Amino acid sequence: MEIPFTTKPRPDTGLYNAKIGIWLFLASEVMLFGALFSAYIMLRIGAPEGTWPLPGKMLMTFPGAFNTAVLIISSVTVVLAWASLKFGNFAQYKKFQAVTIACAGIFMCVKAYEYHDKFTHYSIVKKDGSLWDGHLVEKNDEFVILEIHGGHDEAHEGGHDAHPHEADGHGAGHQAVVQPAAYLTIKGSKDAVVNVDPKTGEHAHGEVRFEQSEILKMVNYGPWHSSYLAIYFTLTGLHALHVCGGALVIFMIWGPLSKMWETDRERYINRVEVSGLFWHFVDLVWIFLFPLLYLL
Amino acid sequence: MASDHSNPPKNLKEFLFKYERNYMVVFGTLLVFTIITVAIAKVDLEHWFHGANMTVGLIIATFKASLVMLFFMHLISEKQLIYLVMGFTFFFFVGLMGLTVWASNDFPKLTSFFH
Repeated sequence: MEIPFTTKPRPDTGLYNAKIGIWLFLASEVMLFGALFSAYIMLRIGAPEGTWPLPGKMLMTFPGAFNTAVLIISSVTVVLAWASLKFGNFAQYKKFQAVTIACAGIFMCVKAYEYHDKFTHYSIVKKDGSLWDGHLVEKNDEFVILEIHGGHDEAHEGGHDAHPHEADGHGAGHQAVVQPAAYLTIKGSKDAVVNVDPKTGEHAHGEVRFEQSEILKMVNYGPWHSSYLAIYFTLTGLHALHVCGGALVIFMIWGPLSKMWETDRERYINRVEVSGLFWHFVDLVWIFLFPLLYLL
Repeated sequence: MASDHSNPPKNLKEFLFKYERNYMVVFGTLLVFTIITVAIAKVDLEHWFHGANMTVGLIIATFKASLVMLFFMHLISEKQLIYLVMGFTFFFFVGLMGLTVWASNDFPKLTSFFH
């Protein structure tokens, strides 16, 4: 039996079924991300004073802004690809949609770089009470080596939050805030100084070696590190899954399923339109995620 | 969608002239407002009122999202049923966000330890 209204619109709605289906699906997606956004609000409002990272300090702004531009470009190419098909220009559709797929790949590469940066970024509390923060160079049963990129206590430079500490960054010019909440349970104080040798009082730079026997606690900047990173990984991880899913569907329609262009053009165009609507939603979510997680 | 507008273009050449320009204007606006978002975040607006940076940032994000929905997703010329679905969604989404902010005086139990 043939599936009805795959190309022709239903008389009562004026829409083909897949289009109603994708909009209903997007409605449920809005509520899914809405629940996570409300969790973000509650975590941020309920965070102990001084523990929520300063705007733009925990994450590098440039990769986030770059990924925003990448998704905006892909949104334009998706709609132009659909329009090209509408006017029968299959070759142009293939070009535009290839750019879309490439953009999805670039987005995921940048995301992977950001995740890698966080998972190799460690905080260490030594038994002498000193706090250390840097990127992992080497780790074995005997010792740990962290790369420390310099830093200083921002509170002493007139930062509008009195507690977080700029400590380590990755790459030129980047400095991240150490989430002090991880130290609170151990130090019982928000006035911790980071990456300062307690014996000499000097700020450490470069590679610093820690004996395993000296380490009281060592944790990386994964989702378990703090409420901020928990919601960051949850929101961006779910969004990244949507990017992968959307790109896979667009790729399948663009490649293996493109034979339908010869057999059932209207249905093929509708598939491109529906996958494009999903892709625009992915872009929409990122438009809110970028300022909330990276800037504000 | 583009073909639903009055006086729809008859061929790709006409389309590119008439609609690609619109898409490109929206594209440029989105990029410009992304730069503005980054710039605004670096300026301390808190002396206006508490949460001014957040408010301005979210207004810009909402504006950008509206452009994507209206022009790229073609909500500017859709069928009534789609508007109905999105209307319900908007109502429940705003309700969820509103209630979350409104009810924010009761902190989660564990975090109240720090206050």
